[in-house]
Amino acid sequence: MLTVKNLKVNYGQIEAIKEVSFEVPEGKIVTLIGANGAGKTTTLRAISGLEKASGGTITFKGKDITNQEAHQLVPLGISHVPEGRKIFPTLTVYENLEIAGWTIKDKKIVKQRMEEVFTAFPRIRERISQLGGTLSGGEQQMLAVGRAMVTGGEILLLDEPSMGLAPVLVDEIFERIVALNKMGRTILLVEQNAAEALEIADFAYVLEVGYTKYSGPAKVMKADPRVREAYLGV
Amino acid sequence: MGSTLAQQIINVLQLGSIYALIALGYTMVYGIVRLINFAHGDFFMVGAYVAYAVFYAFNAYIGAGSPLAFLALAIAMIGGAAIAMLSNQLAYKPLRYKPKLSSLVTAIGVSMFLEYFFSAFPLIGPSQRGFPEILPKQMYTIFGAEISNYVILDLAVAATLMVGLTFLIQKTSLGRAMRAVSQDKDAAKLMGINVESIITATFLIGGAFAGAAGLLAGLTYPRIQPYMGILPGLKAFIAAVVGGIGNVPGAMLGAYILALADNINDTYISQFSNLLAFLILIAILLIRPTGILGEKTADKI
Ligand SMILES: Nc1ncnc2c1ncn2[C@@H]1O[C@H](COP(=O)(O)OP(=O)(O)OP(=O)(O)O)[C@@H](O)[C@H]1O
Ligand SMILES: [Mg+2]
Repeated sequence: MLTVKNLKVNYGQIEAIKEVSFEVPEGKIVTLIGANGAGKTTTLRAISGLEKASGGTITFKGKDITNQEAHQLVPLGISHVPEGRKIFPTLTVYENLEIAGWTIKDKKIVKQRMEEVFTAFPRIRERISQLGGTLSGGEQQMLAVGRAMVTGGEILLLDEPSMGLAPVLVDEIFERIVALNKMGRTILLVEQNAAEALEIADFAYVLEVGYTKYSGPAKVMKADPRVREAYLGV
Repeated sequence: MGSTLAQQIINVLQLGSIYALIALGYTMVYGIVRLINFAHGDFFMVGAYVAYAVFYAFNAYIGAGSPLAFLALAIAMIGGAAIAMLSNQLAYKPLRYKPKLSSLVTAIGVSMFLEYFFSAFPLIGPSQRGFPEILPKQMYTIFGAEISNYVILDLAVAATLMVGLTFLIQKTSLGRAMRAVSQDKDAAKLMGINVESIITATFLIGGAFAGAAGLLAGLTYPRIQPYMGILPGLKAFIAAVVGGIGNVPGAMLGAYILALADNINDTYISQFSNLLAFLILIAILLIRPTGILGEKTADKI
């Protein structure tokens, strides 16, 4: 469904991504793991159009989408839950969800998807009139995933959804991710929490300083001594 | 003109409304692109000239009253919106992701360009022009204050526009998108919002409001010239800062505070004009740099 080939991304003089290639097959969960600064966030930002690629190609559903504008990729089916959640702080929870339906003409569909979000995260329903900025970190993360559910992309790019969450909430978020995948969404998951990510993923890629270093089925990667030592702390 | 309290209040409301219409554009543009658009006062001047041109073209109908006034209002707003949009497209957009100083200097350049262009343009020229009386002027007396139908028109138009803008920002999907873009452009893009078109819409609205203010100012202080935007522009900028730059209700509040300050200044310390306005600016910057209604988390739109 999504193919990244020889991706390069520069920030001014800094080469953040030197050569990253991977593939996300339809209906699967693929995880990118790697140390801080490896380039995971940058890779996701390049896919969703927030950063320009200075080389390589990104193909989505057979279409070259390299360097397309971010807002044009949303209706094509790419939903990106960014690092740090990026909830609109002075929009209410309700408005945060509503605006995620910006590109959807039929507002009935937006309302229906918002209902799905409320069913998945009852806590979000209780807080609809609260300002986004006043939510707790965990609630913000749920809202961020909720927004992506409203946007309704076929592929979900998730950047560290477990960051800063208590262990119970981490489990809850991972359960939601699996549920979304079961409902037919393809998932590209970036995680520091490699153990949890490898648990739910089908495939894994390890990024090191701008390169894809190893890759393979998640089960195999979990057993790989190099991965175990560097990312699973065993 | 009486100098009763009622009269002073009307004068303050009148001047404050014009400041408010200008200040709103300043604050909205700042909110959405973090640019202090120094050319904004000149959009006000353009609005006044556009309205003047309408009256000039419909010379034969002068005195025809309100239909002509509303036509002029509409066209002045379109004129202000057009010049704001052009400035954005030609001058500010190419510098959007460059260091802030570049666009700030460019804004000063746009401002000077408009002033000198209008002064040098043969049909306009640097000299003052009297603004035609389009309506038969009528005076009413309320609580001992004299109020003309022009002032009533000013207040009514300004109030309508401000209520309309508040509704737009709070209740419509365009308004929601404007607030979203002002808070986080990346997140807005990820919602599928075309950030540039929302920025354009903001310039259009801000320019239209400045254009409307230009007409209203032309009607009530019936002289126009190419540099007429400098001082009101500066006052409106101070008003926006006093209210909390980026904050819409703040700009309105700041505008009336500034108008009150000007009024007191002219009444009691007329030998130092504008003194109070600048003192207020300095005081705000020292005591509460975010402005009266501005907060770190406030809507920057
Ligand atoms: N806006 C930027 N300007 C300059 N350099 C940047 C920028 N964003 C990221 N970088 C650099 O690019 C490299 C990759 O950063 P990136 O955020 O993609 O890493 P990451 O794998 O997501 O790390 P983390 O796990 O800490 O989130 C880092 O060296 C970082 O310093
Ligand atoms: Mg990251």
